[in-house]
Amino acid sequence: MTELTSLTIAEAREKLEAGEFTSVELTEAYLSAIDAANSVFNAYVAVTPEKALDMAKASDARRASGQVGALEGIPLGIKDLFATRDVHTQACSHILDGFKPKYESTVTQNLWNDGAVMLGKLNMDEFAMGSSNETSHYGAVVNPWRANGSNQQLVPGGSSGGSAAAVSAFLCAGATATDTGGSIRQPAAFTGTVGIKPTYGRCSRWGTVAFASSLDQAGPIARDVRDAAIMLRSMASVDAKDTTSVDLPVPDYEASLGQSLKGMKIGIPKEYRVEGMPEEIEKLWAQGIAWLKDAGAEIVDITLPHTKYALPAYYIVAPAEASSNLARYDGVRYGLRVDGKDIVDMYEKTRAAGFGTEVKRRIMIGTYVLSAGYYDAYYLQAQKVRTLIKRDFEIVFDAGVDAILTPATPSSAFGIADEDLASDPVKMYLNDIFTVTVNMAGLPGIAVPAGLDAKGLPLGLQLIGKPFEEETLFRTAHVIEQAAGRFTPAKWW
Amino acid sequence: MSVDLATVKRVARLARIAVTEEDANRMVGELNGIINFVEQLSEVDVTGVEPMTSVTPMDMRKRADNVTDGDKAADIVVNAPSTDHNFFLVPKVVE
Repeated sequence: MTELTSLTIAEAREKLEAGEFTSVELTEAYLSAIDAANSVFNAYVAVTPEKALDMAKASDARRASGQVGALEGIPLGIKDLFATRDVHTQACSHILDGFKPKYESTVTQNLWNDGAVMLGKLNMDEFAMGSSNETSHYGAVVNPWRANGSNQQLVPGGSSGGSAAAVSAFLCAGATATDTGGSIRQPAAFTGTVGIKPTYGRCSRWGTVAFASSLDQAGPIARDVRDAAIMLRSMASVDAKDTTSVDLPVPDYEASLGQSLKGMKIGIPKEYRVEGMPEEIEKLWAQGIAWLKDAGAEIVDITLPHTKYALPAYYIVAPAEASSNLARYDGVRYGLRVDGKDIVDMYEKTRAAGFGTEVKRRIMIGTYVLSAGYYDAYYLQAQKVRTLIKRDFEIVFDAGVDAILTPATPSSAFGIADEDLASDPVKMYLNDIFTVTVNMAGLPGIAVPAGLDAKGLPLGLQLIGKPFEEETLFRTAHVIEQAAGRFTPAKWW
Repeated sequence: MSVDLATVKRVARLARIAVTEEDANRMVGELNGIINFVEQLSEVDVTGVEPMTSVTPMDMRKRADNVTDGDKAADIVVNAPSTDHNFFLVPKVVE
């Protein structure tokens, strides 16, 4: 039974279709894997076995009647940021204690419409603010990967750490995730999985707990490039309930896999060669370049001069939007309430008790940069720099570059409760140095595993594409995957 | 620019987050660290640059001004900590 959980979505799809097993059997295999291992990883904050089996039975019945959706019978994990009707939805925050929405997010509804089965809700950094999944109210997630000969527990990255760990440890066939500054791509890179943040507007944000509305995008984390392509096709849609969702047809991303790279131009930005970058990452990047060249792509050196300003601009724009979005958590309409002597005292005590340290820090920064006297110096300046960051990309794409290849992260996974990172928030923020530019410019980016470092931990490469050209990313990432192979952790649990 | 203890307390008040003296003192250092980090943006020449308002150039989609949802008061109050007859209850605000 256990080997059912090692199948990719594409493999499971084929075997379900051939009648080798049912969705109920596949779902039961995942539920017992979760039962056996979730206490080790802390990847799920809520498991929904009854709902999963009901959905699986309904899926098997649909299949018997000849009705087969694109994800028919496939068991998935859902990041706790997505609203799921009558099921735990708390963005892994204490302030949303007990919240069970009476509505479903558009992204998850799209998955259920295509026949998928929900296994439960996945751990994440509180309100998606973090790069290690350590800010969750439900505690840290453990990475299924360990360094050679070491028992040290490593982080799976964040904020979608539960999603990445669950996919990597075979506790779901694929998972939904979200990415505001790197929260899909960094955890994917840390766990040897594939994660894509599509173009801003490709997936509806309706029913996804908001962090920074101009940057947030949903996307999948999956075992391989094909599975990510299958999942994104179902997740993406135009939606009347999100006016920033884009009315463009959703392509069959899977069809772009296996297409030749001949005639494609891949840009290599010199600004991503940062000081102090480990030699292994340099080597990995050079290897990626060689693979794409071998596949027929033309490699060109490019410049994105405002790259170094993307992270500081992000740490103004994202907290500013967060401070506004999180104003709604006031102890009145949902979640936690701590009584006070008057209404303001109640608000202040509720928010003090309900938000964790990192979330408070970002609300404070956001409130400060938007406050009278500082708005022009910080927020307006950051929004102008953002225009320049986007322009850098436009110039490169106008010159004929089809996609950009960079490392995904500046290091492999680090230890849980790393003292060096805990003592300085800015050091933790630097994890997103290669991914954050993509959110600032609204572009699509994919992280694909490309090798292991000397410690035996996975490292990823990132491909950045033109707006709404996710197909180019899947096609190119697939070439890297074919050359690099797939990476799965040695089972120690 | 740097943030002092009084500023931290003022911002916490604006953000409606109660802070202890200890929290506030710790935040002075942390917020200054972040403010110093973002300070480098001031060296960018932004003469004639428009601030970004939307990453994708698009007109906001509009729809006819009709009621499309409603009649679900029970659903709306179901998650509230304190309600009465489909009203949210809060501490007294008017004497």
